[in-house]
Amino acid sequence: MTNSKSSIQGGYAAKKKAVNTLVYVILTVMVIIWIFPILWLIMQSFRGESGISTSYFFPKEWTFDNYKRLFVEVDDAGNVLPLDEMRFPYLRWILNTLLVATLSCVISTLFILMVSYTLSRLRFKSRKTFLNLGLILGMFPGFMSMAATYSIMEIFGLKQQLIALVIVYSAGAGLGYQVAKGFFDTIPRSLDEAAKIDGATRNQIFWRIILPLSKPIIVYTALTTFTGPWADYIFVSYFMKDNSDNYTVALGLYSMLGNQTISEYFTVFCAGAVLIAIPITILFVVMQRFYVAGVTGGAVKG
Amino acid sequence: MNYLDYVQMTKGQRFAYNIKSFFTGIPGAIVKLFVVIGNFLKNVFSFIVTGFKNYGSRFAKGDIGTKLSYVVMGAGNMMHGQIGKGICFLAAEIAYFAFMINFGWSYITKIYATNVQVDENTLVNGVIGKEPPIYQEDSVFGGSKKVINLDTLDNSNKVLLFFVMTVIVCIAFFAIYITNTKSAYATQKTLAEGKKPIGFIAELKMFLDERFHVTLLTLPILLLILFTILPIIFTIFMAFTNYDKEHQPPGNMYWWVGFANFADVFYSNPLKSQTFGKILIWTLVWAVFATFTNYIFGIILALLINKKEIRFKAFWRTMFVITAAVPQFVTLLLMRLILSDDGAVNSLLQGAGLPVIPFLSDATAARITVIVVNMWVGIPYTMLITSGLLMNIPEDLYESARIDGANAFQQFTKITFPYIFFVTTPYLITTFVGNINNFNVIYFLTGGGPSPSSYYQAGQTDLLVTWLYKLTVNSSDFNLASVIGIIVFVVCAAGSLITFNMSKASKNEEEFS
Repeated sequence: MTNSKSSIQGGYAAKKKAVNTLVYVILTVMVIIWIFPILWLIMQSFRGESGISTSYFFPKEWTFDNYKRLFVEVDDAGNVLPLDEMRFPYLRWILNTLLVATLSCVISTLFILMVSYTLSRLRFKSRKTFLNLGLILGMFPGFMSMAATYSIMEIFGLKQQLIALVIVYSAGAGLGYQVAKGFFDTIPRSLDEAAKIDGATRNQIFWRIILPLSKPIIVYTALTTFTGPWADYIFVSYFMKDNSDNYTVALGLYSMLGNQTISEYFTVFCAGAVLIAIPITILFVVMQRFYVAGVTGGAVKG
Repeated sequence: MNYLDYVQMTKGQRFAYNIKSFFTGIPGAIVKLFVVIGNFLKNVFSFIVTGFKNYGSRFAKGDIGTKLSYVVMGAGNMMHGQIGKGICFLAAEIAYFAFMINFGWSYITKIYATNVQVDENTLVNGVIGKEPPIYQEDSVFGGSKKVINLDTLDNSNKVLLFFVMTVIVCIAFFAIYITNTKSAYATQKTLAEGKKPIGFIAELKMFLDERFHVTLLTLPILLLILFTILPIIFTIFMAFTNYDKEHQPPGNMYWWVGFANFADVFYSNPLKSQTFGKILIWTLVWAVFATFTNYIFGIILALLINKKEIRFKAFWRTMFVITAAVPQFVTLLLMRLILSDDGAVNSLLQGAGLPVIPFLSDATAARITVIVVNMWVGIPYTMLITSGLLMNIPEDLYESARIDGANAFQQFTKITFPYIFFVTTPYLITTFVGNINNFNVIYFLTGGGPSPSSYYQAGQTDLLVTWLYKLTVNSSDFNLASVIGIIVFVVCAAGSLITFNMSKASKNEEEFS
């Protein structure tokens, strides 16, 4: 009796073990598929041989030259060119993007917090209308009115200016209230009530009670709005056209892959891409749980 | 059919019934969509009617101050003792009329100009811009040719834009005007009750408390109107003009053409309408495939990682999250280079003596490639989101299922999948809409190509949105681009409203947990 029981258990354990091994194998294969292009990117950025593609994975000649060429360009006579004369001024792009990202981060974060706090915790007559309006406006393709926005910028004298990008990235920020609203919804309303009884105005409640409690969502909002401009291609490409002084990183790197320059600059492109991908990747990995909360927003509750 | 009948059915019958009710639900959902729109219109209509009624009755019941404020804004407030507020209303009225006289009115008159000479021998009605282009002798070419004098020519873009702006200002002023009559009547009533109306400073303080929402929302909404709503309205108007490569201001004016652009896209221009038809079908096919492949495989991956006995969960998850975190334009451009005809994969294949695979240069292959690469891009996202949901499934559900003798497969189909499907329906809708609008994957990977000449300014993997982008950027067909934008909006809005209604209905019927 005991014998047969243990053999059944043994068979069950063996089957379980086989299943688990299979899962491990599948996961390993998938990780290799998923990580391969990224490793390839890193390998290319250290490649000393020129040209677009090689038929081997590891570079034959390892070098930091591609990273150096992002920042320093030497002319035929051996002189180091100043930033303005470089063919692909990576540092200029970084500074441009940094400026745009910082400004639009500050404005957007403020707007998002203001709107989401209002829609989450204040009750007023047209609240439902605003929520519906936000939903409808969100369904227009983002860059559908790109040409019209460009005309507006032209009339305001902001044609091909970096400030126009800041406006484009942050003016519509009020519509991105969902994640922060979800967060504010979870703060107990009794806090507001208690403060109100103590004589605090809604203004004081917002600044002194709710905002200090909302550090995680402030950090999350700031980071997402800050990283946005680093990866945007559509608006920059249309707004900057050929004004290459005002390119941001994404457009600048893309311009390296033109027909004329791709074979010479491909490995440099990889190096530039690795440099901006590292901080963005780290931020995303750290902030992933907020991202999930934002997308599933409230679906889990109830 | 009631619940008892449903329970008595066999498994096959239930399956058939569910499928049937899904598809018979679609017309119902569409009807419901119209009901929703109808109700909305009804509400708007009744809002306007009661608004007028109240407007009239306030005037009838009002004293001399209230009546006066129907013409001179703020008069009622001032006569009822609210000097500061009254001055604000009066200032708004003066500013509005100054704006209209100096600026706004001329654009309202210019929005539909008749008998404008757009070139030497053509007169057109409905031109956006009034001043006729005055032709002067061209001194450079010996006076034989006439050229347009750019100084007297209206810029149609400016006219249309300022027209929309003026209309928005008018609507805003109308709202202030109505508030003014309400406020005058309210203070009149307060006085009649023998109370003193609230002071100006006290009222301003309300913006930090009872009306704090106004304070917080004003600036974001103002910028939203200026840089989101205004351009959208502007773009919608563009769809009804002939604003294209040949009619570009400054230098040329454009004019209203009614529904001609819509007709072009739907039937009258064979090249454009065929391109539109093909792209629309491919967009829908793409959206369905891209959404469901990512969804299904993402859930499977999440299940594998979250399997109880699997160790190093954080490691596996992070590996996939890394690929989702790298900016898409980097990974996708890289994929394009790896998969191109002379890229890494093909040079490996050639090295092994195998033929070259046209991953991106053959229509069918390119379509498969974008869907597969999109899986590479999207599965980590789905995994990330469903992982969190999987941990939320109450453990006792599995416990009781196990006691009842359910095996792993049954647990999946009866508990895990229904639960995930239930909580991710909103996510599924947003990804579907997101995929219809998926610019990055297509544009960076194939650039829409391959592009045969039977497509107007587009290629065989182009989606509606990438076509929109190309029409705007490459060929300056702004009118056509606007038509496409409106169609994308209608498809997305209708799709999400219908699915939303359906999922709401199913939620009510078979409440989970």
